[in-house]
Amino acid sequence: MKPVSLVEGKAVALRRSDVDTDQIIPSEWLKRVERTGFGLGLFSEWREDAAFVLNQPQHQGASILVAGPRFGTGSSREHAVWALMDYGFGAIISSAFGDIFRNNSSKQGLVIVQLSAELVEQLQGIIEQSPQTPVLVDVRHLTVEVPEFDWSQPFAMDSMTQERLLQGWDDIGLTLRQSDSIDAYERTHASHALTATLRD
Amino acid sequence: MGRTLYEKLWDEHLVAAPEGEPALLYIDLHLVHEVTSPQAFDGLRLSNRVVRRPELTLATADHNVPTEPLSVSVADPTSQRQLEALEVNCKEFGVTLFPRGHENQGIVHVIGPELGATQPGMTIVCGDSHTSTHGAFGALAFGIGTSEVEHVLATQTVPQQKAKTMAVTVTGTLPEGVSAKDLVLAIVQRLGTGGGAGYVIEYRGPAISALSMEGRMTVCNMSIEAGARAGLIGVDAKTIDYLKGRPNIDMGKFDLLSQSWLGWVSDGDANFDHEVIIDASSLTPFMTWGTNPAQVVAIDGVVPDPATLSNSEERATAQRSLDYMGLLANTPMREIPVDVVFIGSCTNSRIEDLRAAAAVAAQGHVAPSVRALVVPGSHRVKKQAESEGLDQVFRNAGFEWREPGCSMCLGMNPDQLSPGQRSASTSNRNFEGRQGRNGRTHLLSPAVAAATAILGRFATPDEVSR
Repeated sequence: MKPVSLVEGKAVALRRSDVDTDQIIPSEWLKRVERTGFGLGLFSEWREDAAFVLNQPQHQGASILVAGPRFGTGSSREHAVWALMDYGFGAIISSAFGDIFRNNSSKQGLVIVQLSAELVEQLQGIIEQSPQTPVLVDVRHLTVEVPEFDWSQPFAMDSMTQERLLQGWDDIGLTLRQSDSIDAYERTHASHALTATLRD
Repeated sequence: MGRTLYEKLWDEHLVAAPEGEPALLYIDLHLVHEVTSPQAFDGLRLSNRVVRRPELTLATADHNVPTEPLSVSVADPTSQRQLEALEVNCKEFGVTLFPRGHENQGIVHVIGPELGATQPGMTIVCGDSHTSTHGAFGALAFGIGTSEVEHVLATQTVPQQKAKTMAVTVTGTLPEGVSAKDLVLAIVQRLGTGGGAGYVIEYRGPAISALSMEGRMTVCNMSIEAGARAGLIGVDAKTIDYLKGRPNIDMGKFDLLSQSWLGWVSDGDANFDHEVIIDASSLTPFMTWGTNPAQVVAIDGVVPDPATLSNSEERATAQRSLDYMGLLANTPMREIPVDVVFIGSCTNSRIEDLRAAAAVAAQGHVAPSVRALVVPGSHRVKKQAESEGLDQVFRNAGFEWREPGCSMCLGMNPDQLSPGQRSASTSNRNFEGRQGRNGRTHLLSPAVAAATAILGRFATPDEVSR
């Protein structure tokens, strides 16, 4: 995973609630065995509509998505994160996230920013009014800022997720530092190995 | 102070709890399917890593497999490539695989329990959000993403933040004609799509105890639709009875095993962070009307009117759902015609579900305007159903009797809705496009699905037998 300390750029408001991962990347895209190229499939059904927010010229090149509540619910597909990042998003801001989506994001370096519904609404208002205004998601200081509007808000993130983003740490590498504990656990606990009936 | 079932499972599987980091949980069973695993196996290859415990790992092909007769080859080359990738990966890394056509093949959340791979007290993960199904056996079971799949393959552990605990206590008795599916739809409606976020839910109370194991799986299956990480039900005699004699159960140690399994329950004095109480006797058959699984209405009811919602955002969401679904507010649900009926999925494709649907199917014939599919969850379910003659009942009534797989639950195989088609589906998600581009999905129970197929509009079984 690449380290990320700052996501800076245009932001775009997606005023929909309960955006599930089936909408983020429809299942027909899940047949691919690669990890790349999912940006084309991002919101692919909604993008067929010329009026959809991501199709509007003023929002091209946005790197921060400011979404309605409960973003990323539903299916566990990590392809949703790959699609958002491949399209160019580096941070997602919402008042609530799907649990597995949030986990998946942290493994890939997609920054998840949770703000109150009121603040998300405020920020959506600002960027709709001024689509070109730069927005900064600062992972080091855990703030979201819109300098031209003097708008700045702190957000919460557990210190481990923050450190992993800043350092670009690989989760498996981190866990393998605990190999002794895993070995010890396996020595002291009964194995649930599948029986020969299934292992033929 | 006693411990909840979740806390007991957590404590038992804690490998390490380093200061300031997520805890590391040991995984007893890792279920794998073709969609969320290819990139994980690739990651192992790139890092020169192996599968740490292949004997705790079990793979099957379910999402992409066609449900046509086995003689029909996989027409879509990308599906075929994904199925082949799973075979290559399992062979290379020493993982047991039940591919299309194998006697043990089926939907991953159907075969785990029926083979006895799923057992009380275990931790179970799979790159699939409906892994919560296995919680019906007093196991901590949850869905993970592909990076975590790779992590579990490499380390047999997963980093986890401890969840909060929620008790959903279901009192009373479900009325005649009201099923586990109706109950969980009512629960998801009550909690909302985000109400379970951050929680592991334990379902308890007399109405939960009264459910069969199949019914309990249906309830736990849809925990994720309320945003919860996992659903749990404590072990009792029914759990033990279900597992007795299953292929992966060592019957030589069964008495010992079942004694220890009975300990996987919450202590009487355990405290939950939150409790919700639902009176089963107040429930009726339910269905969804919109595009998320919390948009639920009684079949006796009407399409909700967004204008009655006070919150402007909710109003907009409801209106968007109605527009997508092509419905008008205040239309009685029973007057809405359907094009397709799908009986299947990891929510409702087990033998009991098929029996419930067949009992209704035996009383009529599928309406001429309706295509109705019955897709058993596994080859074992299919074989059992055929031995009971259920396939004949369905066929005689005009239903298609298919090979096992995820089928029309998610539009990754040839079973899909055409744009604008409306389905009555026993699956778990009514998201936009879930069953095919611009398809319109209504979630409901197997018996209601069968009645709907016969009458060509949303209907309950009592209307068929009338």
